[in-house]
Amino acid sequence: MAKEFVARGADLELKGIRKEFPGFVAIENLDLTVPAGEFFALLGPSGCGKTTTLRLVAGLETPTKGKILIGKTDVTETKPHERPVNTVFQSYALFPHMTILENVAFGLRQRKIDDPLGKAKQALNMVQLSHLAERKPQQLSGGQQQRVALARALVNRPSLLLLDEPLGALDLKLRREMQIELKAIQIEVGLTFLHVTHDQEEAMDMADTVAVMNQGRIEQMGAPEALYDRPKTVFVAKFLGQSNLLVGEVSSTSANSVSIDVAGNKISVPKDRAEKHSGKIAVGFRPEKATFHTKKPTAKSDTNVIGPGEILDIRFTGVSNQYLIEVPNLGNITVFAQNMGQSPVIELGEKVWISWSVDHSFGLADLPAGNEEE
Amino acid sequence: MAFAAFSSNVKVNAKPTKTGKVVIALLAPGLAYLGAFFLTPLIALIMVSLSVPDPAGGYAEYVPALEFANYAYVVSEYFPHIMRSFGYALIATVLALIISYPLAYFIGVKARPWPLLQKLMLTLVIAPFFISFLLRTLAWKQMFSNESWIVSSLQQIGFLASDQYVVGTPFMVIFGLTYNFIPFMTLPLYTSLERLDIRYLEAGSDLYASPAKVFRKVTFPLSLPGVISGTLLTFIPIAGDYINASGDFLGSPETAMMGNTIEANYLNINDYPSASALSVLLMGVILLLVTFYVKRSGTEDLL
Repeated sequence: MAKEFVARGADLELKGIRKEFPGFVAIENLDLTVPAGEFFALLGPSGCGKTTTLRLVAGLETPTKGKILIGKTDVTETKPHERPVNTVFQSYALFPHMTILENVAFGLRQRKIDDPLGKAKQALNMVQLSHLAERKPQQLSGGQQQRVALARALVNRPSLLLLDEPLGALDLKLRREMQIELKAIQIEVGLTFLHVTHDQEEAMDMADTVAVMNQGRIEQMGAPEALYDRPKTVFVAKFLGQSNLLVGEVSSTSANSVSIDVAGNKISVPKDRAEKHSGKIAVGFRPEKATFHTKKPTAKSDTNVIGPGEILDIRFTGVSNQYLIEVPNLGNITVFAQNMGQSPVIELGEKVWISWSVDHSFGLADLPAGNEEE
Repeated sequence: MAFAAFSSNVKVNAKPTKTGKVVIALLAPGLAYLGAFFLTPLIALIMVSLSVPDPAGGYAEYVPALEFANYAYVVSEYFPHIMRSFGYALIATVLALIISYPLAYFIGVKARPWPLLQKLMLTLVIAPFFISFLLRTLAWKQMFSNESWIVSSLQQIGFLASDQYVVGTPFMVIFGLTYNFIPFMTLPLYTSLERLDIRYLEAGSDLYASPAKVFRKVTFPLSLPGVISGTLLTFIPIAGDYINASGDFLGSPETAMMGNTIEANYLNINDYPSASALSVLLMGVILLLVTFYVKRSGTEDLL
């Protein structure tokens, strides 16, 4: 399997994976399919099991239960060196006793591929580091080491490339550059990338599909736009960007919308954007989708309005102004207003109403902590 | 003046500009110690190694000279002993490395999740030091003595002829040398392997290297500092050892090493120049071998 020089990515399939470590369960029950040639991101906070998932795929851990298939071949029992998979490690793990060139040629030499040094040089060219071929890893900067690690993995043309937070140690500017470069390389070589990260911007920016992981389970999976537009759980709504959440009992339902009553305010959400249509549910909206008004806007069926509230805090972030508004009985609501050049006419302590389109609301499957049903 | 000021400006401040009286005062005891207890005996030893018997004096009286023939004499007279010393030292060092490496690897890498086990095993490695090594060597002599059940059963199963014994053979001497110096090999290996980053091994297996290849290409090269200091710490003292090979312990005249000939020349026949020449020779050869060894392993392309 590992002997052949694969030029194309392969599907990855995880079936019913469970991984227990002494004292805790890292992954509960994971089913996941990554189609060939896709840039797939596993996104989650630290300790959610995403790195364990990656190590299971690489063969560095064995699952307690379940199967791992790469390109339809069951590799669950296969040793790491026999899997057509390469990893870019979080710590890069470049061999300190070898030159950069020998590091990159290592995998090729192990598989007895022709002309390992020539191919390694090409790979270094691709990451623009051929001039450093004879250096030792410790003489390189973090960003350079990261690129060598990438070249060392890519040169083998694995069916599947695993990236374990490879940009975590880089500063913001270099990180942005590497994100663009990495995405370009993925499109160029057409391999399947499985990228593990805790940075939601990075995941949304680079991946074709994002799976949000929490406590050993996948909470939600989909294209970045879809995940952001319509999160299904409180965790996804809060982890992927910011959300305002309102909790209330369903008061009325119409043909295509559901309304809840939140402290006397009627908040509507389209039926097909709500996970639950009865009982106590949470409805959310994104801060940048909302606007505020100094006078109470006239009620319209396609707009949700709450207020009046008092502005507690204004933050200037450059691109936008972020307002924190305290609405009595509803809690604090965040609203982003894009910085269009005019200074905000609204000041601290002022009374405002907040409105947003019903179509921008989303109904969640669960309730935020502290709002569990009595 | 101006010139001096300018030149002092240009000078790179790589080392402290002042070598004050305090520095000299602090260095003085160390320098005095080195001078009195290392340099003086060394020069005296070299002088004695070149001296000749006092023409007017009696037995075991020598006068300073530049008699380099002393060296030619000891080399021709004790050539087998010299070869034996380095041969035994080489074999015992290699054996100690083969035995110690897995042990150190287990303590330093495999036992990492159980620090208590690590400490216990390290203590066991050092434990023999709590008993004098003369006693321990004598104990081995007892165990393998001609009347012991080990030897008699070996003779009975035909492994040894009825007139063959173990004590006094090269096997026994090399066994004793290996046994006595294993801790000196294990400890540096342990300190090196204990710091080994497992992630390099994972990267190796991720890059298609089988476990054996990972060991050869990654683990071993990364533990090389430990291997070098371990082999030096065993090879050097073994080459000069005279206890294990001595007839009083595990050896016989047939197994005598350089240390034994130096002892005999110095204490028994009072041939001080020969004893000194042998000592200087031993020191010189070790110095040469070690320099070559360290240089080679340092610059060698480890791939």
